[in-house]
Amino acid sequence: MNIVFLIASVIAIFATIMVITRHNAIHALLYLVLSLLSVALIFFISGAPYAAALEIIVYAGAIMILFVFVVMMLNINSSIKDEKSITSWKMWILPVILFLILVFDFIYAVKEEKLVSQSNNLINSKQVGVSLFTTYLLGTELAGILLLAAIIGAYHLGKTKKRNLHRYLQTNSDSENLEI
Amino acid sequence: MNLSFETLLILAGILFAIGFLGLLVRRNLLFMLMSLEIMMNSAGLAFIAVGSVLSQPDGQVMFLFILSVAAAEVSVALALSILMFKHFKTVDTKALNSLK
Repeated sequence: MNIVFLIASVIAIFATIMVITRHNAIHALLYLVLSLLSVALIFFISGAPYAAALEIIVYAGAIMILFVFVVMMLNINSSIKDEKSITSWKMWILPVILFLILVFDFIYAVKEEKLVSQSNNLINSKQVGVSLFTTYLLGTELAGILLLAAIIGAYHLGKTKKRNLHRYLQTNSDSENLEI
Repeated sequence: MNLSFETLLILAGILFAIGFLGLLVRRNLLFMLMSLEIMMNSAGLAFIAVGSVLSQPDGQVMFLFILSVAAAEVSVALALSILMFKHFKTVDTKALNSLK
């Protein structure tokens, strides 16, 4: 049990508890990003730097941005109240403090050379890539097909259906789409 | 550094329990999706822990698969929540009671 892991895991558990107890979705997303970053730090110090990078890029980068876009599209709360709550410092000061603690934790873990380089169970990205494209080749292709199916499904669900307006309400541009 | 296998698994279990609690308690669809993300992330943490203890890359490969499954799941589920918001003007799952 070392201090880097202890700090990161305490931040992860605290941020995760904050995620499920918030009322505002954007606040919860801030804490969720913090939780994912601390889990990425735990990946890094347990000898999986490739998984840590992917956790930050895909989870905290892509999936959380998807959540933010949907929360903005839904626009559940009234917008003026939302703007006020986003710009008030009370909402973001705690995640920022925790994030700074996490950054110092990470810097400490990188500075202590023996923490990362001397560990005998460090698995670099080359080993992961070789295993991914030899032993688990079928699984990789299935994951690709799954992602393709997800793209098509999300497109199909999000597609807006064509509206049929009355002919008096139609402009000239869409009158050629008129179904008679 | 060699973290002990048990502490990593305990952390994964705690995170999974928090996510499961959130999934049971919250009724907002967005928060339920976030809880699902937390649970998948903790499962990935358990795989990484096993791969780290055994010094094998298989744990990280499984984490990659979990990552792709989570991305696929969340994209489709968010599209569904947009549809639900268009239909019901809310993302509260209490509105989905027409099958009662």
